[in-house]
Amino acid sequence: MELEIPKTLYSGKIKEIKLGKGDKAVTIGGESAYPFYLFEGEMPNLPKIAMEVWDCAPEEWAEAALEPFDGVTDDPVAWAKKCIKDYGAEMIALQLISTDPNGLNRAADEAAEVVKRVAEAIDVPLIVWGTANHDKDTEVLKKVCENCQEKKLIIGPVEEGDHKKIGAAALAYHHTVISSTPIDINLAKQLNILLGNLGIPDELIVMDPTVSSIGYGIEYCYSVMERDRMAALTQQDEKLQFPIICNLAKEVWKTKEVHILMEEDPKLGDAKKRGILMEAMTAMVLLLGGADILIMRHPKAIELAREMITELTAS
Amino acid sequence: MPLTGIEIFKLLPKTNCKECGEPTCLAFAMKLAAGKAELNACPYVSEEAKVKLAEASAPPILPVTIGVGDRALKIGSETVMFRHEKRFENPPGFAILITDTMEEAEVNARLERFSQLQYKRVGLTLRPELVAAKDESGDASKFEALVNKVKQNSSSGIILMSSNPDILAAGLKACADWKPLIYAATEDNMARVVDLAKEHSCPVAAKASSLEKLAQLTAKLTEAGAKDIILDSGARTVRRAFEEQLIIRNAALNKKFRPLGFPTIVFPCEMTGDPMKEAVIASMFVAKYGGIIVLSDFQGESLFPLLVERMNIYTDPQRPLATTEGIYEIGSPDEKSPVLITTNFSLTYFIVSGEIETSKVHSYLLVKDTEGLSVMTAWAAGKFVSDTIAPFVKKCGIGDKVKHRKLIIPGYAAAESGGLEEELSGWEILIGPRNAAHIPAYLKTWKP
Repeated sequence: MELEIPKTLYSGKIKEIKLGKGDKAVTIGGESAYPFYLFEGEMPNLPKIAMEVWDCAPEEWAEAALEPFDGVTDDPVAWAKKCIKDYGAEMIALQLISTDPNGLNRAADEAAEVVKRVAEAIDVPLIVWGTANHDKDTEVLKKVCENCQEKKLIIGPVEEGDHKKIGAAALAYHHTVISSTPIDINLAKQLNILLGNLGIPDELIVMDPTVSSIGYGIEYCYSVMERDRMAALTQQDEKLQFPIICNLAKEVWKTKEVHILMEEDPKLGDAKKRGILMEAMTAMVLLLGGADILIMRHPKAIELAREMITELTAS
Repeated sequence: MPLTGIEIFKLLPKTNCKECGEPTCLAFAMKLAAGKAELNACPYVSEEAKVKLAEASAPPILPVTIGVGDRALKIGSETVMFRHEKRFENPPGFAILITDTMEEAEVNARLERFSQLQYKRVGLTLRPELVAAKDESGDASKFEALVNKVKQNSSSGIILMSSNPDILAAGLKACADWKPLIYAATEDNMARVVDLAKEHSCPVAAKASSLEKLAQLTAKLTEAGAKDIILDSGARTVRRAFEEQLIIRNAALNKKFRPLGFPTIVFPCEMTGDPMKEAVIASMFVAKYGGIIVLSDFQGESLFPLLVERMNIYTDPQRPLATTEGIYEIGSPDEKSPVLITTNFSLTYFIVSGEIETSKVHSYLLVKDTEGLSVMTAWAAGKFVSDTIAPFVKKCGIGDKVKHRKLIIPGYAAAESGGLEEELSGWEILIGPRNAAHIPAYLKTWKP
């Protein structure tokens, strides 16, 4: 019996999208096969990792996650620069934690000012992520779009409940939108259609399927991502042929298991390595699901994820 | 290759005797093809037909069991490439490597970790299954002593690793009754190794240097009478090993290519010297089709995440994991602590309990059995409504643990508050946040 290597029949392709501008612009997407199925098709642009920066000093981060950013966590500009200079970040993701109405509730003007300062201080693409509160995000992200004209930001999460206003603002100033839906392929498709109806061109859309950590239901997002890719690549579902972004760091680092010290539960092993591995393994699973951009935190977890991307695509 | 109804029909007696319960042999054949009938319902089918049909109806990836009793590990029987298409059937086994040239103290420490590193989660015990005993000394008596030691100090499944049949035989002398996996038969030693496998009825791994050679080897092993086979394609670089896992499963499922229709064994321990990276490589094989994953060592910081990842990926998409109904103490709550209630979908429980923990407010969390549904779904399905919540709150005994009478319900079940105040007389119903992420802020305002 001769071994005949079966081939998947692909009929579609993920859209290739350019993020940011200038020398440090990043291109993602363009896949013509399932993730890392390089014997069947191409992955012209490798998945990229954006490093997370918060717009206010984190209060409850595990020691392991704070350590690499010692001295800069109260200054988003210094923090972003450190990520680029010391850890080679190809993109920055600024999380607008301070704008949460259930938290600091910082005003839109003030938040947008911080975004502007970061955008002006760096040359890599900048992702700006709100709090998923529709009213507040509308207020804040509109202001951000306006304030950072020509910066070609990547703005999100844009959800069904706020897509019109945020989408219109992004469109007006040529920012990319993150089409964000709660772990559901049909809702994802529907929102992409709505964004299209609003006039947002395909090359300004990336998809956020909503992700979680290993141990916390990652199987749901993993399978939704696999279904997204299957529909996009084998069923010509054009409205799902967008690159996927996964905002995973804050999901991993808020879990109970990254905060438990070894002394409290010796069976869980070294706390620092455990946190790093939970982040790196979550990244691994999401890469296999089809992630094009991973938003990550710990430099060592990022290094591990990068090594896996390199080895999986080594010739 | 599965047979069609017509092909099966040709193998039946064609007498239309109806004794199988079907009106005609053709109708029976159609049901067989659809997997809706059993061949033994036909009293007159020939032996020859039985053999042919059994061959044709064998699963495309055969199941293999390593070990005996309640510690037996069953792998294989997979039917899909993607878990959403049905489900992944049998989670991969994790093996810890132990060699016969290691210091005794190191061997003991590893066996100790093997037994100790177990974790309780949603009512399940997560633990590794296998010890891979490897011959590095080339000395049969040393290897036998190592295997004996493994047997005395653990109740694991065992993998016997050597390329030398004499040494494998020595290992089998020590543990054949535990039905270990013999690793490995190669082109060079297969004649003797397959005899060992047959003599002791043990599963055997086939190791080759490419998929083509692997397929030739398993074909020979099968011909020589080996039944339970595990595949090692020999790849030790990440990309090749990954791609070969995909191709093996794809060929078995979609081309019904029998020579690769077996579970696999992979060796992250031979792909890198960095334990962190090894763990991430292992996590890749959990998702993409490893049957047995051999690690250079077990440490809590890497084994725990791998075990929870495995649990996630192998969760049946059609059957959500559920938590046991009851009162959960978060922190050290006392009689003045807040009481919250939620449903028993395990993800809901994890997220809600995690957020309460983050708040650092010691609390009681009541988990109501809603057959694994989340709050919104359970509420819509009538499983998380005042009629079902009230009796549970009364009988669970929370009234004896707290002096106050305040119950915090999820924001999404706000509509139940009136009904609950009626049915739980004396209790005040407080409406908590809709989103679990807002629990910490909410609890900070708590007053008994």
